[in-house]
Amino acid sequence: MKIAVCIKRVPDSETRVKIAADGKTIDEAGVKFVMNPYDEFALEEALRRKEKAGSGEVVVVCLGPAAAQETIRTALSWGADRGVLLQADSIPADPFQTATVIAAELKGTAWDLVLFGRMAIDDYSHQVGPLVAELLGLPCVTAVSHLDIEGTKGVAEREIEGGIEVVNFSLPAVLTTDKSLNEPRLPALKGIMAAKKKPLEVKPVQAGTGTLEIVALMPPPERKEGKIVGEGAGAVGELVRLLREEAKVL
Amino acid sequence: MASKFQGVDFYGIDGLLTEEERAIRDTVREWIDEHLMPVIGEAYVAGKFPKQLIPGMAELGLFGANLPEEYGCAGLNNVAYGLIMQELERGDSGVRSFASVQGALVMYPIYTFGSEEQRKEWLPQMASGKVIGCFGLTEPDYGSNPSGMITTAKETKDSWVLNGAKMWITNGSTAQAAIIWAKTGKIEDPDSIRGFIVPTDTTGFSAKDQKGKLSLRASDTSELVLQDVHVPKSALLPKSGGLKSPLMCLTAARYGIAWGAVGAAMACYDEAVSYAKQRVMFGKPIGGFQLQQARLADMLTEITKAQLLCVQLGRLKDSGKSTPQQVSLAKRNNVNVATDVARETRRLLGANGILAEYQAMRHLANLESVYTYEGTHDVHTLILGQEITGLSAFN
Repeated sequence: MKIAVCIKRVPDSETRVKIAADGKTIDEAGVKFVMNPYDEFALEEALRRKEKAGSGEVVVVCLGPAAAQETIRTALSWGADRGVLLQADSIPADPFQTATVIAAELKGTAWDLVLFGRMAIDDYSHQVGPLVAELLGLPCVTAVSHLDIEGTKGVAEREIEGGIEVVNFSLPAVLTTDKSLNEPRLPALKGIMAAKKKPLEVKPVQAGTGTLEIVALMPPPERKEGKIVGEGAGAVGELVRLLREEAKVL
Repeated sequence: MASKFQGVDFYGIDGLLTEEERAIRDTVREWIDEHLMPVIGEAYVAGKFPKQLIPGMAELGLFGANLPEEYGCAGLNNVAYGLIMQELERGDSGVRSFASVQGALVMYPIYTFGSEEQRKEWLPQMASGKVIGCFGLTEPDYGSNPSGMITTAKETKDSWVLNGAKMWITNGSTAQAAIIWAKTGKIEDPDSIRGFIVPTDTTGFSAKDQKGKLSLRASDTSELVLQDVHVPKSALLPKSGGLKSPLMCLTAARYGIAWGAVGAAMACYDEAVSYAKQRVMFGKPIGGFQLQQARLADMLTEITKAQLLCVQLGRLKDSGKSTPQQVSLAKRNNVNVATDVARETRRLLGANGILAEYQAMRHLANLESVYTYEGTHDVHTLILGQEITGLSAFN
């Protein structure tokens, strides 16, 4: 099994982000960056597939700034074999531009699987995986929550509104992963040390700006202070009235 | 569910760490958040070491992490090892003690004083958590004065016979193997002290749980009794000799404790800050009052100083230049300030501070043991006094 896992460096969801002075980007000072959490499911799945097969290669591909080497090292510490950083100073907001750069890197290698997280938690675009599939001419299943593979036949489950969709596909394929697919691992400390010695190739790339422009970033409105209606059973009537008439949720 | 622990780094000390060292610290931190924090309060109150965590700790590679990879260990440097201890004790001193004993007091002497056969037999099993060890030096009447020990090992034609009692032994009743220190010569001769690897199922060996502990409740502490315990000649650690050998083990463990104490202090400070911002009294968060701000400012100052001590001590140790006296200074200072931070946090939290739901009182109670074990605070004072003046004040 030869598997490419495409990952993205994103701000840790525990970090409080500030909007930069330009009003269009976030201020990166003091922000902790991590591997996109949805990509963790992709990486975990790739490693399990390889471990089960007993052979193969897991290659991590990342479009990002020089600092994304650290994100790739994290993936290597989990057990990936090598990493490729497509290094660009600015990461395009337009998913098509990102997909074009990644597809150009993946093209020409006989991958059995190309895996992505179903979305990145910074821009929520959900698009890069399917776009890369299209550019490579491969079948694509998004938001995979369960996966079985026998030879070149795959069966994927997707959690959809009110049920589960089962999709048959053939390999090679591009899959994007959802959170119930697996339980991502923590690297063993030995893995962290081993990651240092694994190959990490840095390739400078030029990504186009595309047609999508971010005009402004705004924080969500401050939440209004709550109201204590009263205490005990006596307050229930008033609470129901407020929920119905004021909040209009009943 | 509490949010993830973010650490305390007021002086950009992260910048003194390598990428791998930070990755190791963050990995252990996350593991503690996921696996220890949800269970530690209850384990502490129940007085039980959370044994179920041993396989996970082993899988991460926490045991003897600074010993070489060829024996199944992680082969980390001493700063990374220290950071592991810091994160473990951020969870609980008892859990850090468990790992300290396994690594610095059991695996380290086997690595340092053992034969190649002993290393190969024991270290991989201990790194993988299949064999848990304990360290028997302290005796009921010989704590700060281990040279006076009365446990003996007599050589016969084909074995050693051990007799004596050991006290305050962490992991004592969990362990499958004990490193026992005993006098092989005259009882007044500390140079005859040697170390032995004793399987705890050997006839004549017994371990009894220490009851009634109000500190380190999530850790196993036992009394060991050795009554005509016969072990083969191969149980002797061939390169051990004199009191210096167990003291070297203690220096290795104290190094980890200096880091661990910082972890406990950071946990308390983190709790104090978040409580001070949230708890409203007299119409505003208590963090807005000068008395609480003074507490927090003192805590942050002491934690920052302790962190810098640790990093520099670790770098010295990695370059082979650290001295036992430097380790004494760090253990003495850091445990002392951590105890103060825990106490002040306990007080800042008011009545809530006495609950197991919060961490401060648990850390405070734990640190009172840490203050006393591995060389009491007072003994480290005398070690430093002797280093400064050249005059021994021990006797």
